[in-house]
Amino acid sequence: MSEPSQRGSRGPQALIFESGSPGRSAFFWPEETGASGIPDALSREEIAGFPEMGELEVLRHFTRLSHLNFSIESQFYPLGSCTMKYNPKVNEVAARMPGFALLHPLIPPELIPGAFELLTELETMLAEIAGMDAVTLQPAAGAQGELTGLMLIRAFLAERGNPRKKILVPDTAHGTNPASSTLCGYDVVQIPSNKQGIIEPEAVERAMSEDVAALMITNPNTLGVFERHIQAIADAVHRRGGLVYLDGANLNALMGIAKPGHMGVDVLHINLHKTFSTPHGGGGPGAGPVGVKAHLKDYLPVPRIVKSGDRCELRDDFPKSVGRVRSFFGNFGILVRAYTYMISLGSDGLEDASRMAVLNANYVRKRLENTYFLPSPEPSMHECVFTDRNQQKDGVTTLDIAKRLLDYGFHPPTIYFPLVVSGALMIEPTETETRETLDAFADAMTAIAREAKEEPAVVKSAPHTTPVGRLDEARAARRPVLRWEPGGGD
Amino acid sequence: MRYTPHTAADKERMLRTIGASAFEDLIRHIPAALRQNAQIALPQGLTEVAVKRRMAALAGKNASAQDWSLFLGGGIYHHAIPSAVDAIISRAEFATSYTPYQPEVSQGTLQAMYEFQTLVCQLTGMEVANAGVYDGASAAAEAVLMARRIQDGRHRVLVSRALHPQYRQVIATFLRNLIDVELVEIPFSANGATDADALARALDDRAMCVVVGYPNFFGVVEELAPLRAACDRHGALLATVTTEPLSLALLKPPGAWGADIAVGEGQSLGVPMSLGGPGYGFFASQKKFVRSLPGRLVGETVDGEGRRGFVLTLSTREQHIRREKATSNICTSQSLCALASTVFMSLLGKSGMRRLAEVNARRAHRVRDRLVEEAGLAPAFSGPFFNEFVVNVDRLSERRSRFFAKRIVPGVELEKWYPEMRDALLVCVTEMNEEQEIEELVGTFAAR
Repeated sequence: MSEPSQRGSRGPQALIFESGSPGRSAFFWPEETGASGIPDALSREEIAGFPEMGELEVLRHFTRLSHLNFSIESQFYPLGSCTMKYNPKVNEVAARMPGFALLHPLIPPELIPGAFELLTELETMLAEIAGMDAVTLQPAAGAQGELTGLMLIRAFLAERGNPRKKILVPDTAHGTNPASSTLCGYDVVQIPSNKQGIIEPEAVERAMSEDVAALMITNPNTLGVFERHIQAIADAVHRRGGLVYLDGANLNALMGIAKPGHMGVDVLHINLHKTFSTPHGGGGPGAGPVGVKAHLKDYLPVPRIVKSGDRCELRDDFPKSVGRVRSFFGNFGILVRAYTYMISLGSDGLEDASRMAVLNANYVRKRLENTYFLPSPEPSMHECVFTDRNQQKDGVTTLDIAKRLLDYGFHPPTIYFPLVVSGALMIEPTETETRETLDAFADAMTAIAREAKEEPAVVKSAPHTTPVGRLDEARAARRPVLRWEPGGGD
Repeated sequence: MRYTPHTAADKERMLRTIGASAFEDLIRHIPAALRQNAQIALPQGLTEVAVKRRMAALAGKNASAQDWSLFLGGGIYHHAIPSAVDAIISRAEFATSYTPYQPEVSQGTLQAMYEFQTLVCQLTGMEVANAGVYDGASAAAEAVLMARRIQDGRHRVLVSRALHPQYRQVIATFLRNLIDVELVEIPFSANGATDADALARALDDRAMCVVVGYPNFFGVVEELAPLRAACDRHGALLATVTTEPLSLALLKPPGAWGADIAVGEGQSLGVPMSLGGPGYGFFASQKKFVRSLPGRLVGETVDGEGRRGFVLTLSTREQHIRREKATSNICTSQSLCALASTVFMSLLGKSGMRRLAEVNARRAHRVRDRLVEEAGLAPAFSGPFFNEFVVNVDRLSERRSRFFAKRIVPGVELEKWYPEMRDALLVCVTEMNEEQEIEELVGTFAAR
């Protein structure tokens, strides 16, 4: 702690294990008398290496760490496909009410009617927005929702005699789609998108057979483009007895504009931490509810909440169910936040959110389309994808542009995804940003393009203003050091 | 409109820049047949005041630990959470950032995750830990899938029947679609621990792993040494699942018993119960298995000037790189909850963790003894326990309403998962159960 750079709050910080003093603790609780009942043979000593600090010390450590982060409330965060919209404060107030935060999941259901009322209403609201017939709130995140949805498909087909072997996944899909397919025991067949970045019915038709269980499709897709042939694609899948799964990661483009349930979709998941404003938390918790059409309802995970009269019951007696996918009721605290958001905005507000998300993406696209290369001429919905093709002739890549954006005070877009576009920069502004912010971002992108021509070295060595410079990721992977140990080493 | 800041003038100006005369121009490419022709059938939006009233009304209908005396455990625990924990996780820099794909502006999250991984290793006595998974149940299922990757060619999974029943359900759901895997349940014996003889009989060279709770669902602290020895005879991996990790501040940790994989639910360490979620699953293993781990890992490295920094590493295991060949499909996890635990464990520290664990164990033992001696309840099992235990209660279902009238929930009834245990009640006692509640609990049981 003696170097000047470490004393400032915005430079690298000591680890929590590297400060403190033996015997110090921020915890006070009177000693309890009596025996612990744990035999000596099963007992351990105090935990070696654990922190020994006071309360202010601990707070200061984590507050200083927080200063090293970009976040929605401090920076524009146009991370494509992640929908980094404003996370309303009232959601946090609601989730922390003792009547939600201090509920035990194994309490008899009749003692928590308010929780079940919220859950059933949330199921109904999500079903209405997505145009589906039933919803389960159990999955903890989008990927768990995908796996759940695929299990439903498998159970449905198995009951009809053959679970089938393959899942069709477009080359523009999120990596979770093929990973979830494998986890569900399926082989993945990749479907190529066309030059405009969308899927053509013929491509699906060619790949369809009696071996194909389902097609997973994202709409709008990861290029931010509406899959306008989706109905014909769904028909092609259904004709051969397959089902259609919609990855609802991009639902923020569609509320009040189009319902997936009207596009031939049989099952979908919804990321509440994207469209429904719950905070991303540096990588979760989120929630990934799954919506289905009536023919898949019997296969939904148990327990299900069933409304009888004005009471809600928790029921396990669904013999066709795929079983339980998560403990208890899923990420309830996240469900409370999403519910709060939905009743805050209501019908008109949710529709407005999608419309403004589309407006903002189109505005950014327009402001940048003469500077950066636009790989697909198709209209954009809630996000747009550029590439580094124009900058590459000066030796500047997408990674350089992303790092240089940090110096301008913006979180970069999602980069190098979707994989079908070389050097992708995927920009999703969301609806909660002002025109001025979008202009400032577009100005920064334009300035970086100019720098790429005039002084590429500045861009290629960026970032220059962050707490640390570009980090050696190869070294981290070659000799992994994944924990602190007393006296260093790994 | 709430949260969307554009004025009419902004919109008009933006549309003009785009070259559109109205918003409808931007979505005209969506086929008319797919366009929604009616408003979303939901009520109109509410003021923030009305929203808070509505939420308070819903919350007010629920029996929360604030107004009720809950003696409930079974995987989720009511513990004291220092105010400093919520203060840190409420900071927007942590709460409103995302997965740290840009490490230069995510060192706060990355360093905290690295500290979390270290704390999990220290607590479990294991060599490596990841940055967390969804919950204890999916951690248990991922542990089985990891064993399958390591133990190529083996296809039997042996799971103790004393493992949390919901965890067993989730493992079964995950394995159901992998046709080459067979799930076998191992019974428990009279002391409430996994029947080591039955396990020895069920083990053979086809077994990829054995999964046991530590402590198990009945609160009983399993003796891991004989289970480890039995696994060794047949080359099976030993995976432990801990739903109450506070116990590991007092108990010899899984790593000390030679566990290959140690996982569990982290809620008990600084995360509110919240009807069972969000918490997080912790996931640790021996170092030799590091490349088979699921989920995110943070590693230490340096920048161009030699300054220490942290990055997500070994990403070639993960779905965004490996797609269908990934070790898991997990993407968004439970980072903020893992951060809450990192702050919690840092505040309590070495001595505080020990103290809190002792308070739990001693109070729970005192209550168990009083229930036996003063209320005449019979302990169901003889094995050692930490802060929860099973007692048999005559006419359990008839007596329920007497407790509810006093705003007490005396425990978790086990018959639902163990039909043969009709009168069994799993009672949990933590530092949050005060003397007066304990008096009422004992008194109500004693009144016949």
